[in-house]
Amino acid sequence: MKEPQIIVIGNGMVGYKFCEKLRSKSSSFNLIVFGEEPRRAYDRVHLSEYFNGKTAEDLSLSTENWYQEQNITLFLNNPVTKINRDLKKVYTANGLDYSYDILVFATGSGAFVPNIPGIEKEGVFVYRTIEDLDLISSYAKKAKTASVIGGGLLGLEAAKALIDLGIEKTSIIEFAPRLMPRQIDAAGSDMLKSKLADLGLQIHLNKNTTGIEGDGRITALKFSDDTALDVDMLVISAGIKPRDELAKACGIEVGPRGGIVVDEKMQTNDPAVFAIGECALYDGMIYGLIAPGYEMAEVLAANLCKGDKTFTGFDMSTKLKLIGIDVASFGDNFITEPDCRTIIFENKHKGIYKRINVSNDGQYLLGGILIGDATAYNLLLQTSNNKIVLPEDPAELILGARGGSESAGGAGITGLPDTALICSCEGVSKGDICSAVADVSCENIDDLKKCTKAGTGCGGCLPMVKDLMTHTLKSQGKYIKNVMCEHFNYSRQELFDLIHIHELKSYDEVLDALGKNDGCEVCKPLVSSLLASLWNEMILKKGNDVAQDSNDRFLANIQKGGSYSVVPRVPGGEITPDKLIVIGEVAKKYNLYTKITGGQRIDMFGAHLNDLPIIWEELIAAGFESGHAYGKGLRTVKSCVGSTWCRFGLHDSVSFAIRIEERYRGIRAPHKFKSAVSGCIRECAEAQSKDFGIIATEKGWNLYVCGNGGSKPQHALLLATDLDSETCIKYIDRFLMFYIRTADPLTRTATWLNKMEGGIDYLRNVIINDSLGMAAQWENEIENLIASYKCEWKEAVENPAIRKRFSHFVNAPEDKDPTIEFVEMRGQKRTAEWKTV
Amino acid sequence: MNEQSNWLAACRVEDAIENGGVCVKHGEDQIALFYFTRRNEWYATQNECPHKKQMALSRGMIGSTTGEPKVACPFHKKTFSLSTGECLSGDECAIKTYPVKVENGTVYIGTTPKS
Repeated sequence: MKEPQIIVIGNGMVGYKFCEKLRSKSSSFNLIVFGEEPRRAYDRVHLSEYFNGKTAEDLSLSTENWYQEQNITLFLNNPVTKINRDLKKVYTANGLDYSYDILVFATGSGAFVPNIPGIEKEGVFVYRTIEDLDLISSYAKKAKTASVIGGGLLGLEAAKALIDLGIEKTSIIEFAPRLMPRQIDAAGSDMLKSKLADLGLQIHLNKNTTGIEGDGRITALKFSDDTALDVDMLVISAGIKPRDELAKACGIEVGPRGGIVVDEKMQTNDPAVFAIGECALYDGMIYGLIAPGYEMAEVLAANLCKGDKTFTGFDMSTKLKLIGIDVASFGDNFITEPDCRTIIFENKHKGIYKRINVSNDGQYLLGGILIGDATAYNLLLQTSNNKIVLPEDPAELILGARGGSESAGGAGITGLPDTALICSCEGVSKGDICSAVADVSCENIDDLKKCTKAGTGCGGCLPMVKDLMTHTLKSQGKYIKNVMCEHFNYSRQELFDLIHIHELKSYDEVLDALGKNDGCEVCKPLVSSLLASLWNEMILKKGNDVAQDSNDRFLANIQKGGSYSVVPRVPGGEITPDKLIVIGEVAKKYNLYTKITGGQRIDMFGAHLNDLPIIWEELIAAGFESGHAYGKGLRTVKSCVGSTWCRFGLHDSVSFAIRIEERYRGIRAPHKFKSAVSGCIRECAEAQSKDFGIIATEKGWNLYVCGNGGSKPQHALLLATDLDSETCIKYIDRFLMFYIRTADPLTRTATWLNKMEGGIDYLRNVIINDSLGMAAQWENEIENLIASYKCEWKEAVENPAIRKRFSHFVNAPEDKDPTIEFVEMRGQKRTAEWKTV
Repeated sequence: MNEQSNWLAACRVEDAIENGGVCVKHGEDQIALFYFTRRNEWYATQNECPHKKQMALSRGMIGSTTGEPKVACPFHKKTFSLSTGECLSGDECAIKTYPVKVENGTVYIGTTPKS
């Protein structure tokens, strides 16, 4: 089937964002983009930084290969000139035509140029594209005086640019009685004006420009009040005009004052044609900010991928730094008494003006304006958007609490709900940011930006994003960074997530991507353990053999003297006479010392490295598999004999132990872990001394966690009671994944719990009530590990390259290490004592 | 650097273990040979760890600390410099190190210790 073809007209910020969002949701469209500018989409919001040394490439939103990588056909310098909606075709400036199934206008807006006599003269510019900036910049070299028509947001930016370009006298001409008439009130404008004047900008308000004088090139401006102003150049920034001419020409409905009319799905009157960004007119309004444009892109991209999103208008709150001066407005900024109560703070000495509009009952913040100091903007915006109940004296919001506490704004960021929208450009909520910090370990702003995209639009939310990050880190007690060694500046938990995200599969890949230098005996086994916990691949492959701890490297425990021990798995401690005989025969044949272990299996000691593969070949042939006695993972699940034989037994503890041992065998963890199942309260399997232990009750199983023997014995704690087998296993799944993901290296479950804030109650909440919302993911992850289980020894003996490594001498592969010595004791051999040092 | 007259043909390059060690038999002696692929360097030391006299260094993990190449004994993680033989953890005595050269794909160990 042919994929539907989408043509996007316009390669500005919103057009680009649409492509990005669409591709992140689906690759099943042919996507073609036509841009009239000669370069890839760039950041127009920060355009004036072009004058501060940023290059066009710095401002670019994508990398050079991005379109190709995303399989998007991009035409630059090639505007669409005509559309035939009956044929569903677009015609371009280079004479070609392309068919579309879906057509998207992302044509943006152009500068609105008022019809002033003389506007065509040399030295008159608009401030819209990088090309405009290049023209302004080269003309400014010979100009001493300049004016900007338009005292709005963009006009002030333009004036700043002119100052930066070295113009001695720059003025701003505004038709309205105040600056930034859409954002700020008269008092705010006065404050801003006096601050701008301090910087050498002349501000002319209430000025209607009626003519541009000069012989071919501009020399002066004439105004309706018969005054005039000599200028060498002029930048027009009197507003924007939606680029709707193409749409209009092909019969798409446009608004009386411009703009392509769209509904809440961004659809025009032609069902195959859509419009997004500043060219779109929704509900009689053009949204001339980046955030709503991105939201429109999201709505359209989602709906094309069978989503059901609608655009229902947008919060037009803004905060920006104009020429070093904070200017912000939010919510209902112009509402006045008696519809609200207004609180105003003014400090002419410092040039600060703050106004907040509070509901008449004093409960809620409706909106406000901030000049000179907008540090409280984000919090105020959130307080207003989320209808957070105000403190008793709302003035504290702009003055700070006078009790000396920092609690201005209710409970501050901690009081915000998780759904609070922090980055409106990218639609990132507080919950998204906090979980990126907590769960994905984004611990600096750059990581957080990459991970969540928060702060990558206008950047206004960055201070709050930073606060949230700091706060989340603090709440996790993460200030002391627990780095592994000199080669990795990460904690185990961070590395776990990073390896996962980057899908790294070998130690060298991890070191190259995340670490430095050559690694060491600390980070190598740790990273190997993470790789095993994540991917469960054969641990000796991909050059990972040399990154394994010595026991893992040879899949056996090295013993005093340099020989190895062999421990096959005996699940639940149950073994047939035939298998016992095989163990006996193998032990005799290879002269091995045998002993019953504490975990109900049989250990064979004294094997030469060279003999390991052949020993295992024989054991595997008899139906044994690796017991992982050498690995940091599940050791044994002990059991008592249970209800099948015992007169006290309540349930079949052996069957359950076997089921559990076979479920978790081979899974690597921060440390070894052990388990046991007892068939009744007499607890013969000693389950309460295990990392997780299970004891039969009349009604089911009691589950205990985080016990261990060892040098500091600790009893396991009761996690849940009277569980059925399935629930019991589900809880163990979650428990193990939580442990694997979060424990420090070489930390047993008991120590892990001891360090956990909130202790067993917190753990219970996480495991049983799924308080972190991770249960489903963990269950899924452990299922993957279980499904990918293979006996390592079987793989090792069948792989010639791996098998070759089981010899002592590289230049005499048949020879065993002659220095290994055994002596006799009680009819068996034992290793010789450490040689005297 | 002392003059080497006795070069032992230890193994082919492809028989050595990348970023790890192998043990080379030299009469009654055992020499650990390390192919530090990451640094494109070869090292040879005695195979016996002086701590508990175990023939084990060739099975140890290699790495570096502040740029110094090292090997960690698999028994008790004592570490030794691969370039000087000096013990980097605790006060075990130094290990012997040997010169290594590669010619036509064969790895040679100079059997007179460097120090």
